[in-house]
Amino acid sequence: MGVYKIFSFCSDPSALASFAWLSCYLTTGKHFLFYYSFGTVLGLLAITGPTALIFGFGGAILAQSQLFLLRWIGKAYISIVRGVPDIAFFLFFVIALDQGFEWLRHQAFCPNWSEPIRQGSDFIVCKAAKLPLGTAEQYVHEIYGFFTAVLTFTIVFGAFAANVIHGAMRAVPKAQIETGQSYGMNKRQIFWRILVPQMWIYALPGLSNLWMVLIKATPLLFLLGIEDIVYWARELGGTQLAKFSAYPHGDLRMYYFLFLMVFYLAFTKISEVILERLTKRLSHGQGILGSDA
Amino acid sequence: MSCTQTIIDYGLRSLGYGARLLPKTEFTLCQHFTLIGSGMLWNIYFGAVALLIGFIIANGVALAKASPRATIRKPAEWFILIFRGSPLFIQFFLAYFIFLRLKQKGILPWLTAAQVGALVVLILNTAAYSAEIFYGALRSIPKGEVEAADAYGLSGWNKFIRIIWPTTMRLAWPAYVNEAIFLFHATTLVFFSGFPAWQQRGDALYYARYFADKTFNPFVAYPILAFYFILLTLVIIGLFGIINKRLNRHLPKDARPRLRYRPQIIR
Repeated sequence: MGVYKIFSFCSDPSALASFAWLSCYLTTGKHFLFYYSFGTVLGLLAITGPTALIFGFGGAILAQSQLFLLRWIGKAYISIVRGVPDIAFFLFFVIALDQGFEWLRHQAFCPNWSEPIRQGSDFIVCKAAKLPLGTAEQYVHEIYGFFTAVLTFTIVFGAFAANVIHGAMRAVPKAQIETGQSYGMNKRQIFWRILVPQMWIYALPGLSNLWMVLIKATPLLFLLGIEDIVYWARELGGTQLAKFSAYPHGDLRMYYFLFLMVFYLAFTKISEVILERLTKRLSHGQGILGSDA
Repeated sequence: MSCTQTIIDYGLRSLGYGARLLPKTEFTLCQHFTLIGSGMLWNIYFGAVALLIGFIIANGVALAKASPRATIRKPAEWFILIFRGSPLFIQFFLAYFIFLRLKQKGILPWLTAAQVGALVVLILNTAAYSAEIFYGALRSIPKGEVEAADAYGLSGWNKFIRIIWPTTMRLAWPAYVNEAIFLFHATTLVFFSGFPAWQQRGDALYYARYFADKTFNPFVAYPILAFYFILLTLVIIGLFGIINKRLNRHLPKDARPRLRYRPQIIR
């Protein structure tokens, strides 16, 4: 990547004074990749938040199902994911999902394949089953990597959300359900018209907590091989020699990570304020502590 | 190679004893169990030491946060906000690079080693999380108990150590168990965050990842890691249960609060 110029005076960085040097340095092409990677993190949060909520809702419905098998699946999903260090799950799912998809495609596309898929320490599927295909463009690989990361986050945080929602469903006062029954509603009607609208206020504190946790889990993207803010902070902050860079500098990683720290602190603080307001609004008129009515 | 030989070779590999080279071919189940178990020693070391020292600091910070004087309260609030409001992963990175900078200037060079530097971060982190728990407990002490203490003429240190502190612990304990469990889980981040695993002496996750990368098969190494952590979690719940029993020994058996494993927080 050549010297990327936003300001015209940036053409000869070695001749610049410190302030001008900094403004040129912070607008190099690589720094823009760094700034875009904040978008990656926000994108991950924007997608994972709702999808994890859907997973959590599904898990909670399963966990209180009448059928033994469904209930068992829901409860197993919730308790297994919560019992193990999350980072182990992140590392596990990314490979496991990848291999799972390739295995499924292998079964579908290459039914005549006779060799075993696991040969010693290799995982071999036919060419047509590779994900993404070996011929695919670079950006397809990047999108696929992001997709598996999102799916991993969704599975892990879905389990946590399922736990919260499951608890919230049971916290809705019994009398409300009984009122529904006395009006002659069937189970489905009671569930959708009484239980679901009322459970959110009980779920909100847990879900707010989960959102904060989700924000704080985003640096783990780095471990999943995504070029996220941690990756770029390490890359850009590391010592640059004059031989390879127009902007040689010593080890600046400390400052880059200080910046990330401030970013996360601001983000969690803002979220906290917004969620607090939301809780206040939702609890308006509910007969519980902390509401006005 | 027999399993006993493997255990002799790799049982203390994470501390630098035994065989130097990690297994390169035919990764047996025995090797998986031995090496990952060997790595658990680091997780236990980080978790146990951080918990112990963090507990003491957390008590101080919680008291400071409850202080009516702003000069004491504000620093405690900021401390808690900084360590609870940012990811532990970033804290590790930032601390490591700060320690590296200090080392270049010749100040405290041993802080860049994981067993000291990462421990410092973990101590401060758990101190902040625990302080918030203790602060919450401190606020919910029944008024009657404090009034009773006043009525008995207790004040100052005596009132604190006999009435306020034991009650705080009693109230905080169920939440504190979960903090302890998650602290142990969080120790797996150490060797992924800048702190180098010197001579491949890593923790359990470090070795689990080594095996998963070498065999390209996550379905063996990670479940073994999970097995060890579930075992560790059960041990922690057991130990904390004993303390909980002692804290509530004045209550009838069925009135004692039960410890429940309620994993809610990741960092």
